[in-house]
Amino acid sequence: MDMNALEIRGLTKTYAGGTKALDGVDLTVTAGDFFALLGPNGAGKTTVISTLASLVTATTGEVRVFGHDLQRERAKVKGLIGLVPQEFNFNGFVPVQEIVRQQAGFYGVARAEASARTAYLLEQLGLADKATAQARQLSGGMKRRLMIARALAHRPSLLVLDEPTAGVDVELRHGMWEFLTRLNREEGVTILLTTHYLEEAEALCRHVAIIQRGKIVVSAPMRELLEQLPEESFVLDLVEPIAHAPSIPGVRLNLLSPGVLELEVRRGQPLDQVFAALHEAGVRVMSMRNKSNRLEALFIKLTGHGVEDTV
Amino acid sequence: MNFMQQMRALWTLLERETLRFVRIWPQTIIPPMVTTALYFIIFGGLIGVRVGEVGGVPYMDFIAPGLVLMAVISNSYANVVASFFSAKFQRHIEELMVSPMSHLSLILGFMAGGMARGMAVGVAVALVAALFVDLSVQDWGLALLVMLLTSAVFSLAGMLNAIFAKTFDDISIVPTFVLTPLTYLGGVFFSIELLPQPWRDLSLFNPLLYMINVFREAVIGVSDVPVGLALGLLFGLFFVLLTACVYILRKGWGLRG
Repeated sequence: MDMNALEIRGLTKTYAGGTKALDGVDLTVTAGDFFALLGPNGAGKTTVISTLASLVTATTGEVRVFGHDLQRERAKVKGLIGLVPQEFNFNGFVPVQEIVRQQAGFYGVARAEASARTAYLLEQLGLADKATAQARQLSGGMKRRLMIARALAHRPSLLVLDEPTAGVDVELRHGMWEFLTRLNREEGVTILLTTHYLEEAEALCRHVAIIQRGKIVVSAPMRELLEQLPEESFVLDLVEPIAHAPSIPGVRLNLLSPGVLELEVRRGQPLDQVFAALHEAGVRVMSMRNKSNRLEALFIKLTGHGVEDTV
Repeated sequence: MNFMQQMRALWTLLERETLRFVRIWPQTIIPPMVTTALYFIIFGGLIGVRVGEVGGVPYMDFIAPGLVLMAVISNSYANVVASFFSAKFQRHIEELMVSPMSHLSLILGFMAGGMARGMAVGVAVALVAALFVDLSVQDWGLALLVMLLTSAVFSLAGMLNAIFAKTFDDISIVPTFVLTPLTYLGGVFFSIELLPQPWRDLSLFNPLLYMINVFREAVIGVSDVPVGLALGLLFGLFFVLLTACVYILRKGWGLRG
């Protein structure tokens, strides 16, 4: 698609007290994209998102959402965005269905349509049986899904999620991934998310930007970015256990356990030569998988931060 | 958003605010009814018979309108200050801030919620009062207008308090140290004719005196102040507070980073 869902130019934010949270952010998200915004703790991710959602007023800069200027057409822009914030921010004493239906009402959606949309979203997000429960009675994962349902109540074209799977168990996280992927592919909703699960960004997103000290240091298609990595890592499951990793020129081998070998090769290096050498060394490989933390390696390379800092 | 969508948003907020106090009716509706009954038993039944007449009417009849309006004032204020501050505190005010609702719709939604509680409690207290006195209202139109305007004014005042409040202490200081003394000194239980100077003249600077008296005029036809002046003051306060709320929300003070 040609249209940009989001264009940010020269966005700065200096808080009262002098803290400079954003220092000239430039960012473009294409309509229909699934976009990850990564960055270390305090890099400015949440400030960018809060500015988009009109919760924070930018000091300078321009924000356009589907071509509409945030300053001049704020109500229009607000109607196009659905926000899932990092912290739970609903009234815990209100029934689940009321939270979603009322949010649709705040966007001017008619009562009957809001009720139907609420029922649909609660069903889709596995909350239908909790519709009349008070929100505070939900588990952490359910509360996250409630916030996604609420953000989608008015059918936004751009869904912005600030660490949507934080504190969610693996099964629920994968369920959420499936839901968001379907939303992006089938309904064409553009998705911008921040996450500190880098494998999440790698699995879901087609485009990634990294923000550091209030500036975007890189913004590129995920595939292009991963190709920048000079080395690639694989995990090999062996037919028979071995005591020591063999020594093969040009590759790095690390025995993770007697039956699991980690293989690191230069990008583009033919693997058949490596397998031949392994075979000669008496190592038989049963299966192989790509090590999933490639983005993490790239992230560390670009920012100098470990994943535990990337909140 | 077009006008119809703004109206839907406003209605949704009014519904939310009304459900909020209706769900906790034992905390919001019943206590003022009990308090009013106690006022009538103690001040009306026990002490009032010894007081005799005030303003040409029995003491119990004299205090009834003031007690009703006192309930309207304190409940309108309490509803908005508590609801808006807890929305800020729990951050679900963001549900409204991210929506395309206009600032005016947002203010009117909270104000209408406060008015709904003020009026509901006012009517409940009036029903209790009717058990003790003959509440044959002299001017229904004026009584309704004063109740509506008073509840609107104090809902807006509660909202201003909540916008600037940073702690729960901040939302109790004004009701405890400003609103309650002004209400009690505003002639709920006495006519300012009974006050010595300079207290009598000083009382004329208390805006609640005008509200209570114009309501008393509407109910029993007795007032210490001119009705026109009191209504002018109510309308004036309403527009000043509404303008202040719109201006402050536009600036984002106390809400936006």
